Amino acid sequence: MEFDRDLNLEATELRLGLPGTVTEQSEKQKPNSNATKSNKRSLPDMNGESEVRRENSSASSNDKKSHGQETAPPIKTQVVGWPPIRSYRKNSLQAKKLEAEAAGLFVKVSMDGAPYLRKIDLKVYKGYPELLEVLEEMFKFKVGEYSEREGYNGSEHVPTYEDKDGDWMLVGDVPWEMFINSCKRLRIMKESEARGLGCAV
Amino acid sequence: MILAQTRTYTTGSGPGPGPSSSSVLEYLAPCPDQVLENVLENVLWFLTSRKDRNAASLVCRSWYRVEALTRSDLFIGNCYAVSPKRATSRFTRIRSVTLKGRPRFADFNLMPPNWGAHLAPWVSAMALTYPWLEKVHLKRMSVTDDDLALLAESFSGFKELVLVCCDGFGTSGLAIVASRCRQLKVLDLIESEVSDDDVDWISYFPDTGTCLESLIFDCVECPIDFDALERLVANSPSLKKLRLNRHVSMGQLHRLMVQAPRLTHLGTGSFSPSEDVAQGEQGPDYVSAFAACKSIVCLSGFREIIPDYLPAINPVCANLTSLNFSYANVSAEHLKPIISNCHKLQIFWVLDSICDEGLQAVAATCKELRELRVFPFEAREDIEGPVSEVGLQAVSEGCRKLESILYFCQRMTNAAVVAMSKNCPDLVVFRLCIMGRHRPDHVTGEPMDEGFGAIVMNCKKLTRLAVSGLLTDRAFAYIGKYGKIVRTLSVAFAGDSDMGLKYVLEGCPRLQKLEIRDSPFGDAALLSGLHHYYNMRFLWMSACNLSNQGCQQIAQALPRLVVEVIKHEDNLDMDENVDTLYMYRSLEGPRDDVPRFVSIL
Repeated sequence: MEFDRDLNLEATELRLGLPGTVTEQSEKQKPNSNATKSNKRSLPDMNGESEVRRENSSASSNDKKSHGQETAPPIKTQVVGWPPIRSYRKNSLQAKKLEAEAAGLFVKVSMDGAPYLRKIDLKVYKGYPELLEVLEEMFKFKVGEYSEREGYNGSEHVPTYEDKDGDWMLVGDVPWEMFINSCKRLRIMKESEARGLGCAV
Repeated sequence: MILAQTRTYTTGSGPGPGPSSSSVLEYLAPCPDQVLENVLENVLWFLTSRKDRNAASLVCRSWYRVEALTRSDLFIGNCYAVSPKRATSRFTRIRSVTLKGRPRFADFNLMPPNWGAHLAPWVSAMALTYPWLEKVHLKRMSVTDDDLALLAESFSGFKELVLVCCDGFGTSGLAIVASRCRQLKVLDLIESEVSDDDVDWISYFPDTGTCLESLIFDCVECPIDFDALERLVANSPSLKKLRLNRHVSMGQLHRLMVQAPRLTHLGTGSFSPSEDVAQGEQGPDYVSAFAACKSIVCLSGFREIIPDYLPAINPVCANLTSLNFSYANVSAEHLKPIISNCHKLQIFWVLDSICDEGLQAVAATCKELRELRVFPFEAREDIEGPVSEVGLQAVSEGCRKLESILYFCQRMTNAAVVAMSKNCPDLVVFRLCIMGRHRPDHVTGEPMDEGFGAIVMNCKKLTRLAVSGLLTDRAFAYIGKYGKIVRTLSVAFAGDSDMGLKYVLEGCPRLQKLEIRDSPFGDAALLSGLHHYYNMRFLWMSACNLSNQGCQQIAQALPRLVVEVIKHEDNLDMDENVDTLYMYRSLEGPRDDVPRFVSIL
């Protein structure tokens, strides 16, 4: 419809009135000429900022047209300086987010009797066999056979982990995806301690 | 004796006794003002409020003179409103200077860098005229290392340096201040950008001991030499406030706390242990360390918090009046056991990671809360958001004494805002930031007009307001009608037409600071405020509908107004469109340090 054409062709025009009202255009020459100037400005220059300003005007004009209707905010790009958070605060928190997202899922691994801990990136491994192999190599031990009913049979050491709720769990009980999302840290326990897991860690 | 006679003759209007009167007058004639000035001088020393002083200085010339002689605190809300020369000529006995520079929206990258607000001319002028200067407080100023050096060299009794949101200097400047200012009591760096010059500034404090009472450097991003810091804390027996940066680990924090158990304000640094703690070792007893610091009333920091360690602060919770978790990604689950002990809490800054549930916990316990700030962990527009009207409503019901709130959220309802307006009548500052632009009430689909309207209507003490969400001109009509004591107003992506701005400019007689971005207000609206601009500190309008012509009209009508048109650096042609208007009253006319992207009309 005409409405749609307006939205498409003149999305970057800054208007104060409802669309389609031609009379308003003649009264409000200045704002419109501003708008055409802002069109010109944004075309050759692909600088993020001027695109963003076009963004702002299209956002506000779209909303004026759709005022009262239930429309989602038109385009979801970043706007300069919005929300109004100081860059110092943004950068401090950003660093934390990036650390969490990009750097993988690093968890500490300790082994009873070993003098210091190690850290491994869980995201690197595809499943339990790979993980156990790496741990065995790292700490020079061997895990026994895993069975759901009996846990790790026949080994001096048992791999356990602490989950989000703070509970100590046996590695291997839950699906791998669930495991890497809930594992906070790993601990390779002595078999003697592992008996009665969940009671007295 | 003489005073009594003076009073009789000066207050009486009728003819006095003949010869005796002339003889009294003759006696006093050489210096009638001198006595009056002596009286005034004695009285005016006690006058501390600058509003009162400004009023007193307008009474007559002698009051003006005496007030100028007795003023010791100089407050300059806009460093370009008056020149250093003028200020230092009028006030000759200043001990403390507060200077504010850039407008607030510059913090959000809405202004190109190097706009101005340089400390240099001020410190040069003060070095000549205020040898007894003791305190300098700066906000949003550009400060260089040379400025700091001049400051350190010029004022032998210098006691207090506070830099808020400043930039332009580095650790070498700090080193000079640390080594030269032997009387330094306060060095507070708050949200300032400090460049890393590879100088170990902490070690420049004298080894023999300092008078430091407050050392705040949590915003300094450079690593510090911990041994030097430990020595400094040990050598500073008066130290009460210490806010560490994130390079200080928990173990190091513990050592410092043991050295300084009389601290009242503590910024905890990273609040996580340094890498690879040796296994088997218990680790320091953090709980005891906190228990030993019986005077702590203000806690902050927690920059890289490991939530497991949070319970260590339990011993101090009952006494806490101020808690800043705004850099700590803490969940409701971690917060609840802590906050349930904080019955005396008055100031609470936190991240929205605590969710509505966390805010409900705050509302349940913190009955004395005066100030709440909820910052977003993820400052984006298109996500669901962990806090909402539920949290706001809970806070309004639980924290009836609330005076100041800053609340970032993704969704809000008018009902919750109205509830707050009724439950918290003491509100002085109401700043709500609905991060999605033009978002309506997410339950009713209505604009947020009624909510903000209720705030200005019901909160009779409100002086600062920031609005957001979908707003029509109606919201501004409410503000103009009821916001009679509003001094500061922030507007973004709001309003329908010029009427919005007109309502505010015509209706709010106390308006001092008005900052607007991305709103459809044009020249006609701008012109409607001519009667008021001399009473304002500044007006900021960016990405609105202003033209050069309209701004030119203002500049011509009001010669004492400096009208700056700021272009963005990629677009320096003079066209009709005004990107950013920043205007302020000034006694000096156009400033002489204008960068090329600013034109003064």
